[in-house]
Amino acid sequence: MTEKHTLSIEETAHVAKLARLEIAPAQLEQYRGELANVLGHVAKLKTINVDGIDPLTSPVDSTNRLAADQPGATLSLDELFMNAPAVEGRFIAVPKVLAEENS
Amino acid sequence: MSVPMMDAVSIRDAVRSGIVSAEQVANDFVRRAQTANSSLNAFHELFESEALEAARAVDAKVKAGKDPGALAGVPVAVKDNLATKVGRTTCSSKMLQHYRSPFTATCVERLQAAGAVVIGKTNMDEFAMGSSTEHCAWGPVKNPWDTTRVPGGSSGGSAVAAAAGLCGFSLGSDTGGSIRQPASLCGCVGFKPTYGRISRYGLVAFGSSLDQVGPLTRSVRDAALTYQVMAGIDDRDSTTADLSVEDPMKDLETPIAGLRVGVPKQYLSDANDATVNACVNDALQRLQKLGATLVEVDLPLTDIGISTYYVIAPAEASGNLARFDGIRYGHRAALKTGESLDTLYSRSRAEGFGPEVQRRIMLGTYVLSSGYYDAYYGRALRVRRLIKAEFDNAFAKCDVIAGPASPSPAFPFGGMGDPLKMYLCDVYTVNTNIAGLPAISVPIGFATEGSRSLPIGLHLQAPAFADAKLLRAARMVEKLFPELARQAPHSS
Repeated sequence: MTEKHTLSIEETAHVAKLARLEIAPAQLEQYRGELANVLGHVAKLKTINVDGIDPLTSPVDSTNRLAADQPGATLSLDELFMNAPAVEGRFIAVPKVLAEENS
Repeated sequence: MSVPMMDAVSIRDAVRSGIVSAEQVANDFVRRAQTANSSLNAFHELFESEALEAARAVDAKVKAGKDPGALAGVPVAVKDNLATKVGRTTCSSKMLQHYRSPFTATCVERLQAAGAVVIGKTNMDEFAMGSSTEHCAWGPVKNPWDTTRVPGGSSGGSAVAAAAGLCGFSLGSDTGGSIRQPASLCGCVGFKPTYGRISRYGLVAFGSSLDQVGPLTRSVRDAALTYQVMAGIDDRDSTTADLSVEDPMKDLETPIAGLRVGVPKQYLSDANDATVNACVNDALQRLQKLGATLVEVDLPLTDIGISTYYVIAPAEASGNLARFDGIRYGHRAALKTGESLDTLYSRSRAEGFGPEVQRRIMLGTYVLSSGYYDAYYGRALRVRRLIKAEFDNAFAKCDVIAGPASPSPAFPFGGMGDPLKMYLCDVYTVNTNIAGLPAISVPIGFATEGSRSLPIGLHLQAPAFADAKLLRAARMVEKLFPELARQAPHSS
């Protein structure tokens, strides 16, 4: 059983924006159809009665484990920077974030 | 048997006793992998000089009479989503085309400490998203039994490397079947341990509550030994279980008396390939003759697993892959003057991620977005608890649950058409991850397509932390098919 799920191109564009993906219109239309198919299939979840059932986020019972507060070896700044696409001195370079003030 | 098809234990024994040097072994496997790669594309990178250097260190220990380790001189191929200081760690994605990890994954470090020699990184579905290894930025990986067919996925390169004798064994990761399904389609053993048994430190995260590292091998004893070397608590992964690891080698050769094999009627569906059902039935009958009891169990939530998985896994993936923003590492898009930081993020991600990864990120974003969270993600997590409870009930009546690892043998490239069809292939493996169970695929036969033989695996699942028992049961199955043991792929 797969139900028909409608997903508009505007909704698809909104999801792409939330996901920070710059997608061309033709590709967006393809994703719209494919996502609608998958969402139509996963709508099966509605057929399962989950009244009174708690969500299960992890398959194993685990308790929070705290590390001893002791300094240890870590990666150097050089190692951390070695994959950065653009570096200026001791900083990772990014495009201007703030608009220039009118002067 | 040819040397490349020896299992890791045999290679280890030969190296330790000085019959062959680790250097010779490393050299032979690297050469074989180089030659085979033009037709199979299993590897993205091979590390010849580093492998030979590591192998010489093993040989020096053997000569000096020092313990060279439980995996002395065994060449290992590592899936490219496991961080290694040597070479690149690309996840078969343009996003990480040039990425060099400053550290090595815990599981790889433990193998190296035991004398294993890393010979290369294997191709995979991009970011482990796929069931065919067609979604690999470095080209599709070919099934060694029939190169017009897929090897399965997402650990396709690792399955091919193990099955075709291009390494002693390989490492994969399994979020919804990515070790077991390609093992089944390529004719090797693929073992996904209990969630939390092997550290995920250094595994590039896909679905953090589902991901588990495991070995792909040519024998069950190799799966047991390599698992033993890697398993155990790791301070760098707080989800590793704080439970001692039962020795999986100790009783491996001793069949489990009165083994109860659960057979869910939902697993031998008419929708499966007929040969798959015939092979599974044959294996079950052989087990019964051996003294095992077949127990009918009911897993009515089997089908809903796909819907549950394809909400939870993309949801977790959309969060995990948010880190790829073009700033600190990974692909960064070029901007035109005046374009914003936000454009840098979205263009870098659109250029770096392939279509399947983009689809899953969008799916995950959708099911987590305002107004849909409860209907999709919240509901899927509640169904997840029911699926786990259903397994718990079934395991009250049996020791392992058996069925196919995949509804069909290897399919042709492009054969699945649309994404949803591909997702449906995962029906027998996703619930294992949803419940965090250990599971394994063991070769039990072939389907015949023209002049080609296409491998079929038996999928066994066990209760959480019953990994050692599961491996014993898998060893029983392996012994029932001596003619399949470490058979080299042949395509005619």
